[in-house]
Amino acid sequence: MAESVAQRLSTAGSGNALELRGVSRLFGALAALSDVTITVKPGERRAVLGSNGAGKTTLFNCITGDFLPTSGTIRLFGEDVTVFPAHERIRRGLRRTYQISLLFAGLSVIDNIYLACRGVSRGRFSLIRPRRDEALMHAAEQLMTAVHLTDARETKVSALSHGQQRQLEIALALAGAPRFILFDEPAAGLSPAERRELIEILTSLPEHIGYIIIEHDMDVALRVAESVSMMHNGRIFKEGKPEEIESDPEVQALYLGGGHE
Amino acid sequence: METMETGSARGRLDPTRIPAAYWAVGAALILIPAVASDFVMVQIFARTFIFGMIALSLMFVGGYGGMVSLAQLAVAGVAAYMTAILGASAIGTISLGWPWWLHIPAAILIATLFGTLTGALAVRTAGIYTIMITLAIATAFFYFVRQNYVVFNGFQGFNQVLPPHLFGVDWRGSIAFYYLCLFWAAFAYLAVLYVARAPFGLALQGVRDNPRRMAALGFNVTAHRVAAYAFASVIAAVAGILMVWLSGTISPGAVAVGPAIDILVIAVVGGLRHPIGPFIGALIYVLLRTFALDVLTASGLDPHRFQLLIGLGFLAIVFWSSDGVLGLWERWRHHSQRTDPLTGRTREP
Repeated sequence: MAESVAQRLSTAGSGNALELRGVSRLFGALAALSDVTITVKPGERRAVLGSNGAGKTTLFNCITGDFLPTSGTIRLFGEDVTVFPAHERIRRGLRRTYQISLLFAGLSVIDNIYLACRGVSRGRFSLIRPRRDEALMHAAEQLMTAVHLTDARETKVSALSHGQQRQLEIALALAGAPRFILFDEPAAGLSPAERRELIEILTSLPEHIGYIIIEHDMDVALRVAESVSMMHNGRIFKEGKPEEIESDPEVQALYLGGGHE
Repeated sequence: METMETGSARGRLDPTRIPAAYWAVGAALILIPAVASDFVMVQIFARTFIFGMIALSLMFVGGYGGMVSLAQLAVAGVAAYMTAILGASAIGTISLGWPWWLHIPAAILIATLFGTLTGALAVRTAGIYTIMITLAIATAFFYFVRQNYVVFNGFQGFNQVLPPHLFGVDWRGSIAFYYLCLFWAAFAYLAVLYVARAPFGLALQGVRDNPRRMAALGFNVTAHRVAAYAFASVIAAVAGILMVWLSGTISPGAVAVGPAIDILVIAVVGGLRHPIGPFIGALIYVLLRTFALDVLTASGLDPHRFQLLIGLGFLAIVFWSSDGVLGLWERWRHHSQRTDPLTGRTREP
């Protein structure tokens, strides 16, 4: 795992946005992830499907560095980030959203987005207050407009509706210059209209930004992804194009309640 | 880093946007020496400012950072001891007698280092464990200075530690010392208020609300927490120097576990949500400490029970409001805004 700088540089920028090799994560005796290998190319949009407890969110947590995998390696844009703390991975262009919104309840909408912009730039420890015309403040305002939260600028997050919180959740993940984003069930609890808005936001992302999206709603997942990985019991058991996956008998059995055993 | 950069606030400061309450309180505090006796100026107000600043440093890490530290008085204590040891005192065999421009910055620096190291240890824990580890550090500091005679002069400590005669002003004088304390208290208060909305302060509140998400936004959560301790330590260190000048003495009793917990009481009674809270708490505490004795004697009770009064007051305030006097005030204001003063009926919010 401890590679020299030279080794790391030699592999940097080689091909893949994200590369997991034999990643496992044990919680005691429970294998939440076992031997997961995934390769995602830059700009690729992948959906991860699977029943509850299949290990989807654990997979995300390992990729972001919320906790370390028990074994295996994770490469981000060619660089081995397996043991990097979360903030180091984020500074390299990785972003994520959370299944249950993780926001700053005591701060206003604009402060939340401003923090996200600040997190991936210099001056995180600055003691000087931001001016309204500052570049980062400008970026924050733009993001706020992009996720339709302009009217709630000064509203404290704890006073936002569920849908607005989900929008803010996405805004935080789009801050800075994201290169690869992990969306953890962004559509959870959204109304049909809000779902359409979400699909629009996802499909209109710049082409170079790739993502993995966890989604229970097949309609959403298959519309915003060009490839699909199916997970069950901590393993990936099928990968392919959306239409192949949709018509796959094994997948249908799983989703229609038959189980994979 | 530290508080010096707050000067840049001036460019944005618009006098018309400062609430009237600030003008009123500010004017009152400036005019107090015209009417108050030396005792009230020094023993009530200067003391309030000093304890308020130490509690403010706790409010900064606690209110904005979500980390309750009981070691803030120890940080002030380190600064106080360093002022006595590096500067001049009656204990000529230990005190080095450095000039003011050397021993004051050195005292602040050493105390800040101590506070930052404490923070570096404490941030590895959370919640009640943070309280425990900072209490352990405060306790260790107390026993250490009590048992060490070579450097800290043990049980006796130091006396005649006096402010220097500077810029033609004798800072030992009641009025001069009052303004000195007022200036630094106001400076610390405004600095905290300002930094709370600067990236560093915002990020600290982000860390408090949601450390996991902060890491997922690219922030080094641990570094931020340690930096918060460093910032708070500067405030506590300045207060520590004023503390030793206030009485001219520093001894283990001033940094014992009891007083360390009193700082927490001050901050909680005042309120941890806004930097004015610690000063309100400190005023209540100093008034109780000073006059509870007389009240108890007058009502025929044992005067040594003044801690009981403080404890009861603490219980009452925490019982009625989880956010101290500030919380009570906010609730009262909210209530009075919702009730129509003429009809007494509740307005629509």
